[in-house]
Amino acid sequence: MAKTLNTSNRRRSRFNPALVAGLALMGSMVLVAVLAPLFLTPAAESLTADSRLGPSTAHWFGTDEFGRDILARSLVATRLTLLMSLGATVISVVGGIVIGSSVWLAPRWIREPALRLIEAAVAYPSLIFALLVAAIMSPGSTTAVIAIGIAGIPSFARITANLAASIAHRNYIATARLLGVPGYRIVTRHLLPNMSEPLFVMSASAFALSLLEISSLSFVGLGVQSPQYDFGRLLNEGLIAIFVQPLQVVAPSIMLVITGLAAVLIGDGMASAANPRRAARRLLPTRRNMSTPESVAPASQALLEVDNLKVLGPTGEEIVKGVSFNMKPGEVLGLVGESGSGKSLTAMSIAGLLAEGLTATAHTLRLGDLDLLTTRDSRAMALNIGLVYQDPGSTFNPALRMGPQLTEVSRVHLNQSRQEANATMIAALDEISIQRPELRMTQHPHELSGGMLQRSMIAASTVTEPRLIIADEPTTALDVTVQADVLRKFRRYNQEHGTAILFISHDIGVVQELCDTVLVMHRGRILERLTGAELKDGRAEHPYTRALLSASPSMTGEKGRLRAAQWKPDEELEVTP
Amino acid sequence: MALTIKPPSTAPVRATGSPLRRRLASSPWLDFAMRRTGGLLLSLFVLVVLTFMVVPLIPGDPALAIAGPDASAATIERLRQELGLNDPLLVRFADYAGGLLQLDFGNSFRFGDPVSGIILSKLPYTAQLAVSAIVIVLLVAVPVGMTVGVLTRGGRRRWLDLGFSNVAGFLASLPPYVTATLLIILFAIVWRVLPAGGANSMEALILPIAALAVGPTCAVARVVRQETAVVLEQDFMRTARGRRLPALRLYLVHALPNLLTSTLTLTGLILASLLGGAIIIETVFNYPGLGNEIIQAIIYRDYPLVQGIIIVVGIIATLLNLLVDIILGIIDPRTLGAKTHG
Repeated sequence: MAKTLNTSNRRRSRFNPALVAGLALMGSMVLVAVLAPLFLTPAAESLTADSRLGPSTAHWFGTDEFGRDILARSLVATRLTLLMSLGATVISVVGGIVIGSSVWLAPRWIREPALRLIEAAVAYPSLIFALLVAAIMSPGSTTAVIAIGIAGIPSFARITANLAASIAHRNYIATARLLGVPGYRIVTRHLLPNMSEPLFVMSASAFALSLLEISSLSFVGLGVQSPQYDFGRLLNEGLIAIFVQPLQVVAPSIMLVITGLAAVLIGDGMASAANPRRAARRLLPTRRNMSTPESVAPASQALLEVDNLKVLGPTGEEIVKGVSFNMKPGEVLGLVGESGSGKSLTAMSIAGLLAEGLTATAHTLRLGDLDLLTTRDSRAMALNIGLVYQDPGSTFNPALRMGPQLTEVSRVHLNQSRQEANATMIAALDEISIQRPELRMTQHPHELSGGMLQRSMIAASTVTEPRLIIADEPTTALDVTVQADVLRKFRRYNQEHGTAILFISHDIGVVQELCDTVLVMHRGRILERLTGAELKDGRAEHPYTRALLSASPSMTGEKGRLRAAQWKPDEELEVTP
Repeated sequence: MALTIKPPSTAPVRATGSPLRRRLASSPWLDFAMRRTGGLLLSLFVLVVLTFMVVPLIPGDPALAIAGPDASAATIERLRQELGLNDPLLVRFADYAGGLLQLDFGNSFRFGDPVSGIILSKLPYTAQLAVSAIVIVLLVAVPVGMTVGVLTRGGRRRWLDLGFSNVAGFLASLPPYVTATLLIILFAIVWRVLPAGGANSMEALILPIAALAVGPTCAVARVVRQETAVVLEQDFMRTARGRRLPALRLYLVHALPNLLTSTLTLTGLILASLLGGAIIIETVFNYPGLGNEIIQAIIYRDYPLVQGIIIVVGIIATLLNLLVDIILGIIDPRTLGAKTHG
């Protein structure tokens, strides 16, 4: 099946390009912060007569109104900016962790309201808190650090409380509590070490945020005051002279952008190193899903003709290795095999719905006079093939109501009006014994049970009277009683309408009940072809089929050992992935 | 078979009570409304307490701090009376909260006018800026993010994927005030096509709105791209492809609503920061809104005005959050039940 193909080696790398770039940038910024004040302070701070010079080799970005070198000032300001951001980050992280874990340790009647309060505080822009603190204290670098530090506390407190709640019910915490370990020791010994990774990642992002917010406070005049200067203060001074000396805002802007970018890259990089889903975005080669080797003219009476169908994986390996079979009109054909045997891929090739990166080739692949390899006739495809999928819980669109989903083919491809399509659909739902079909049509999928969803899917796949229904493990996700009911619906529909059904299952018991013909697949090949009756009577020839049969427990059969794993096809004794 | 027993198909089974009442009782909206009203009141309470605490928390004597070091003893005493600093804290809080309930924010120290009037005259400017920016963010970010997501699905067009995520990531990390200064240099100084400040004409709004919208647009577009990739892999999208729908219908009807849930959740957070950005950015453009006003008020220690503006901005943030959740609930009713667990 398609999903088994993508699971191969997802390596978890600690270092990704974003992290490396971020660390390198931040490293050079720290270097500037250490070195610049040592060597450039005279150029940055001593007043000279060279007021408002343009850019030159001596002053790359020119000088400000007091004749100080703009570039030197921007470089020297790095130290104060980084220290302030660091200070604010420490306040946010420590404050947040202390509050978050105290909330978690507190008795329930305090915990619930406290959590609500934190939630309420997080909803406000953090700038509000910063402005409140700035209003209480007089403007200055300490004020800015405290203001931005406090502004960051609520979100950290919330994350700590959430993480603590998710760890708290683990066994070792319960054990520690039972042993009477005091609360603060549970926090320091068990809780904090186990949430250090996400908190560390969050701290990097918090640093990036502190940097930008402290600079914004200084920029509007509420942070660092003259004669001190950080990036924000320099921007503030530069803005006044922006028409005279645009370069004066450019230099601190560049420094601020580089530092901010470094912090963001580190945060993102650490996050994706910790969360492999984002990091491991594997890329598959792209190809057209269908290609045509020599197609033979349709000759036989068969409704569906599959001749030498192969499905190739992303690297060109054969997953389905040349499968051939025919289906007569009205026939119910079962395709059985274990997971990964290629049965679903075979079915999805016929439906033209292979996953990204997979390619199907065949000598012949046709349904009636429709060449499934080359057709671009979406209307014919939609109307001729009805599809029922494995998991009704995920095959319906959760955001749409049932009605529009179920009637979509009729409305789009048969140009039926909404009323017309609804009426037909309601009748079909009724026929498949869904109670109150009008109500169901207005509900969302999550309001229906799995069995109801799957029956609706069957109704939808039959309502356009297709020539072939492909059912890909339609009963696997359902419980046993519902399974039996769904199988009866298929059987009845087949008898009443004479529609051919290609029925895929790994359950040989299900298949022998329902199907006229059964194909047994293993590792991309068809091993044996049987009639349903032969299968029922136990007249299977191939050892693999016999093993499958004996692996499905029967109430009447003799007891024995499960043998499915013991049979190996001779030609594939070498280890396969 | 016994299975073919059907209830009379045309008459739906009726429970007791009027249909309307049944509908309301089972409606997740009623539950949602009650829960959110509680949350809203709590948020407001937090806001009122926080703003109230500004004056008592001023280090030293607030009256001295407000009046300045050169004020006479009489002035300071008058200020103490005016602020009610001689009353116990709880009495002062009751006065403060009581005043707020009657929409009385007090009088500005600096102008002597009622704070509510000042806020009402400045609010439209800020709202104009923030609302336009939000609309632009959503109008640009969702189509762009989705288009890139569709074009790069399953590893197609690696160059676009790399280029987009790097450029958007960079722009998203720019703070709005830096974007603003750079935009002024380019458009007002180098090319001289747009004014660098004020609020007198439509052109004057272009740069502030752009500066506010660029970062969030890129941030949201990145999320939309990411979510598009996730949604396109879902089983229900294969179901939709199996129906051979036209591309536009496939992406707009089937993928978009599922993207919007996660996008809007994030948008709610971004909106809060956008509001903060609007406050800062007004300084850059010398724009006569609430942001410029509150920063002046803080510098001049005009506490009633600071308190009033923070309460108003806080309420707007809370209402925006609620609006996002209501839209989410309309798109996907399952979200109505969530979000209570802390």
